[in-house]
Amino acid sequence: MIKRALVIGGGIAGIQAALDIANSGYEVVVVERLPSIGGHMAQLSETFPTLDCSQCIMTPRTVEVGHHENIRLLTYSEVVEVSGSAGDYAVRIRRKPPYVNWDLCTGCGVCQEKCPWKAPADFDRGVGVRKAIYTLSPQAVPNKPVMNPEVCVRLKSLAAGEKPKCGLCEKVCPTKAIVFDQAESMVEEHVGAIVVTTGYDLYPAARLPEYGGGRVPDVIDALAFERILAASGPTGGKVKRPSDGKEPGQVVFVQCSGSRDPEHGMPYCSKICCMYSAKQAILYRHRVHHGQPYVFYIDVRAGGKGYEEFINRAQEDEGVVYLRGKVSKIFRDGDKVMVWGSDTLSGRKVEVAADLVVLSLAAIPSAGSSDMQKVLGLPGDDNGFYASVEGELEPMSTARPGMFVAGCASGPKDIPETVAQASGAAAKVLALFRTSGNRPGLREADLAGLPQPEVVAA
Amino acid sequence: MGTPYFPGCTLSTKAKNFDQSGRAVSEALGLPLVELTDWQCCGATFPLATDNSMALIGPTRILIQAEQQGDRVATLCAICYNVLKRTAVALREHPEQQERINWFVSTDATTAGLNYQGKVKVVHLLEMLRDDLGWEALTQRIASVNGANKVRGLKIAPYYGCLLLRPPNEMMLDDPEAPTLMSDFLRALGAEPVEFAFQSECCGSYLAASKPDVSQGLSATILQQAARAGAQALVTACPLCQYNLDKRAGSERAGARLPVLYFTQLLAVALGLPQAAWALDGHYIKPDSLFS
Repeated sequence: MIKRALVIGGGIAGIQAALDIANSGYEVVVVERLPSIGGHMAQLSETFPTLDCSQCIMTPRTVEVGHHENIRLLTYSEVVEVSGSAGDYAVRIRRKPPYVNWDLCTGCGVCQEKCPWKAPADFDRGVGVRKAIYTLSPQAVPNKPVMNPEVCVRLKSLAAGEKPKCGLCEKVCPTKAIVFDQAESMVEEHVGAIVVTTGYDLYPAARLPEYGGGRVPDVIDALAFERILAASGPTGGKVKRPSDGKEPGQVVFVQCSGSRDPEHGMPYCSKICCMYSAKQAILYRHRVHHGQPYVFYIDVRAGGKGYEEFINRAQEDEGVVYLRGKVSKIFRDGDKVMVWGSDTLSGRKVEVAADLVVLSLAAIPSAGSSDMQKVLGLPGDDNGFYASVEGELEPMSTARPGMFVAGCASGPKDIPETVAQASGAAAKVLALFRTSGNRPGLREADLAGLPQPEVVAA
Repeated sequence: MGTPYFPGCTLSTKAKNFDQSGRAVSEALGLPLVELTDWQCCGATFPLATDNSMALIGPTRILIQAEQQGDRVATLCAICYNVLKRTAVALREHPEQQERINWFVSTDATTAGLNYQGKVKVVHLLEMLRDDLGWEALTQRIASVNGANKVRGLKIAPYYGCLLLRPPNEMMLDDPEAPTLMSDFLRALGAEPVEFAFQSECCGSYLAASKPDVSQGLSATILQQAARAGAQALVTACPLCQYNLDKRAGSERAGARLPVLYFTQLLAVALGLPQAAWALDGHYIKPDSLFS
């Protein structure tokens, strides 16, 4: 039994699981695909139902992961191969080249300041722009930049075999950390247990052509609206719509955009939308006092501590208008976005001439989940999430011993439930480690000299 | 050779211009349509109840006729296309229904002794242009036409209506919420497709007869939205859509006076066929000035 753990995915679930295991005295390797940890929680403005600043409550945890003596953090990396069995999994991890020597880089940020090339930032869901060399946010852990080879003019000129262009970052970097010819590398880790916390993504708006198909600029998804509301976001927390930067006076929130819709292949409830939309509507009202938010919903699902009260607050104290009915069509009409829906409580067809529409797109398994399931040898469920071995009593256990799943990787969850599962998965890992006699950190090679268990011939 | 062709009632009466231009362009493009020797009305509505055998008898007779002449039947009318295609799908998926209807029609004068074998593929001329000819070949064919292409640069709104594309799992022609078929067609002709949010909204269909105010309201919205998107005309593949939109556009309270053309008329013009083949007669809003 190798008493080290691997955590795949550095969102709040991975962070919590890693800290719980690391603080119990065992080593943890955290692999994150993006340049820094924090996941979707790092994109949020405030959390429901307390309206805490998301970054503020998470930053102590991300920083702890970054500095923990028992945690080896591999960001901008992906698990590509897993072999072995519980107690000794061999894991191959591909490290993408950031084109920056992170050992030399001090995170001063001057390269990002001077870089002249910009592209839409996917961290900001396309609302904002970022430089060709970037960190995801000012609070990034690790606070080291990466270069986007599709945007960086120097890297593109090198890839095309042309005369090298630009190179401004290299000139201004005080520690000579820029490495344009950096190649990807592979590392191998041996662990006894694996926690999968690969999270979720949003259903692509392009697959909802009846809602504009992602082609109407003022129809955005809820994560984009989080970035607009976030004080550290692309608009500095000012509510501006993407098309013309104007403050929207009428905002429509559309629940179940793809969720609870077998026609689109997602029969399940995404679980978090009712609450975050109420939160977003409230935050919008706090920023735009004369603004009118509308929420189209099928029914409001507010099961959770303080959740029902929060919805009541939105409806009764904050002036959010709730319309019970599905939206049938969203289209651009001049500088307005027309929303056609129904109000099934009054039995009438409703048309809202909105300035901004926020879609609560279905939460789906994060990109690459089905590939990762193949790498891990774990089955997916009907909707592509990780299948638990027994949903009710063993929600964090998978079909393979020593592999556990937590958070949205196994289905949509809010932050408290995600964190609870992450701690639960960590406890499962610790129990596995404690029931085996070997000392922490021992590898198979280290076991060679120790007494071996007797093998009884069949 | 050629493809067995079911014109349907409307194209033989109110929409002869659709039939004439359709036959002319398919002949010119080497996709000749051969009219079924003996045909009847398709029924014009596909039954909502799947066990409604009566409503499937008419279209099945047409499929039987087609099966005598080939393995496909082509239509121009979106409504006939919808009824025939969905009938073919329904019979394929429900063999017991096919057996029941075969038993019924085997005693019928026109189809005596014949059974539907389930082999006919129902195709629309737009589908033949896309799949048999291909947009690339059509583009080249248009480019090789002598003289100026009178369609080039025209801003045309594609209008699909309901029945050409829905229900998508049976029609399998294009995505009804984000179709590209007619835009691709228009581009091949050198026209500029003006996509708009109402290209597969309902025109009001048969409500033109029973509740004209409803259909007029729906048609007016479609026309206004196409006009606001910058279209000079609309193109359609459905005689009922053409009627509803054209009549609305020609009325005094019209939202927008846009001509509404069949795709075959536009194609006949782009191919430089003789003016008789354009068949631009019978429109409330005369489309002629578009091509002058």
